[in-house]
Amino acid sequence: MNKAANGKIEIVNAGKIYDPAGIHVVAVENCSFNLEAGQFVSVVGPSGCGKSTLLNTIAGFDTITSGEILMDGELLASPEIQTPPGPDRVVVFQGGALFPWKTVSENIIYGPVIQKNMERPEAEKMAISLLNRVGLTKVETKYPSELSSGVQRRVEILRALINQPKIMMLDEPFRALDAVAKSVMHNFLLELFDENPRTMFFITHDLDEAIYLSDLVVVMTTRPAKVKKIIKIDLPRPRRLDVIKTEIYRNIKADLLSIVHEEALKAFKAGEREMA
Amino acid sequence: MTRIKNLAAAPTFYAALAGMILFFSSWYFLTETLTLPRFKNIPDPLSVVTEWSAIHPKYGVSLFTKPYYVDILYSIIRTYAAFAGAVVFGVSLGIVMGWSRILHNYTFPLVEIFRPMPPLSWIPLAVLVLPGIELPVVFVTFIAAFFATVLNTLLGVQSINRDYFLAAKCLGAKPRDILFHVVIPGSLPFIFTGLQIAMGIAWMSIVAGEIIAGQRGLGYYIYEAAALFQYEQVIMYMFTLGFLGYVSSVAIRYVGNLLMAWEEAKRKAR
Repeated sequence: MNKAANGKIEIVNAGKIYDPAGIHVVAVENCSFNLEAGQFVSVVGPSGCGKSTLLNTIAGFDTITSGEILMDGELLASPEIQTPPGPDRVVVFQGGALFPWKTVSENIIYGPVIQKNMERPEAEKMAISLLNRVGLTKVETKYPSELSSGVQRRVEILRALINQPKIMMLDEPFRALDAVAKSVMHNFLLELFDENPRTMFFITHDLDEAIYLSDLVVVMTTRPAKVKKIIKIDLPRPRRLDVIKTEIYRNIKADLLSIVHEEALKAFKAGEREMA
Repeated sequence: MTRIKNLAAAPTFYAALAGMILFFSSWYFLTETLTLPRFKNIPDPLSVVTEWSAIHPKYGVSLFTKPYYVDILYSIIRTYAAFAGAVVFGVSLGIVMGWSRILHNYTFPLVEIFRPMPPLSWIPLAVLVLPGIELPVVFVTFIAAFFATVLNTLLGVQSINRDYFLAAKCLGAKPRDILFHVVIPGSLPFIFTGLQIAMGIAWMSIVAGEIIAGQRGLGYYIYEAAALFQYEQVIMYMFTLGFLGYVSSVAIRYVGNLLMAWEEAKRKAR
């Protein structure tokens, strides 16, 4: 887990048009930003804008129809190229995707074992030590359905991290959690990140979450998604919860809020037009 | 002893007992006390039990005679052979159909046309094509169980959350891994529902198959006993079939629970 990974992602003029011959929905247009290696980047924007399209394209689930995406200088995705999904780019899903038929430990070791990177006993030992390190004991033989959704989330993140991905992508992973569980998750994620920074692509609606976790917050516009603004979060790491009381935090929040509000209003009006 | 007490104390046990008593006494009442005109020839439950448990039965077959078990064995072997075929071919086809869009498009309409055909309607062709007596009987039993298995397996594969496939790919799974670690375990709950239905259908079809094309077996003897007006035997064999079907169903559930420990954990967690 301590291997220094690269994982610089460059998104260059990326565009995505669904059904170009038919209804022609432009989901993403001329979208450019970078995720530096080891940087925590959150992407916020109205629902239904192309945030997930970008994530899915980096992951290898989807394609773009214009522009290109590079990883560590090599072409990852373009209209002609789709790199199949792999353990260097692991996704943590919005609805949770732990295999319900595997125990916690079987879930965590799944990646290294099928890639034949580790023998099963070795991987099991590692899974248990990972679980213990994040304060989860005696859960390794449980099935996901026996755990709270917060614990399921943590296990899913460990299942991703054990592969030492270059980039980890989380698509609104804490959306379904209550406020307390969410704050536990934030500190859990920050601890793991501080211990071993790797590139993070984090999609969220929650501005506080975005600021608290990230080095960079990318605000997207209403569909078609473009980059509206990139805000650098100059808060020192490791971060503690009291950072939200600082003036820098409050200023960033106010700034971000006004930008997002503007976009939300546009999205609302566009929605009204569509309804009319 | 305490176990028996606990069992008897369970409200379900009393309900089941009450239901049984009600059923058998109505049967007795209708055939012996009331003797409705059309019920005249139907034996009452007591004479069925007497014949069933007689050491020297009137019609030569009871719990204490060898032919009874030979017939049971014949029917079991035929049904289970057909069921095994349905599991192997039905589950395979269902998985392939659920996994490959192209194959699904090729086969689904055919499956939907063949599925509603009553098993009995296959008898002429089965007898024409398949040699001997056993194969047509087994085939007729197989065919209906097969389609029930295919359909449920297909539904099972389609029920799997798409994110599980994506997550597996992210973690480095190849198609083979996805088959064994996502598709099969993910569809198991539906497959086992299908197998219970298939087993039921198999026991229903075996009787028809044995009556028309068979020799030996419970279905065949129901028919023969009826022709000889030995109605105690008919009813005895009917109940035997009921028990065998029930035990088969329990066995499938048992195997299913062994294979799907996570489903059990989910039920408990609720």
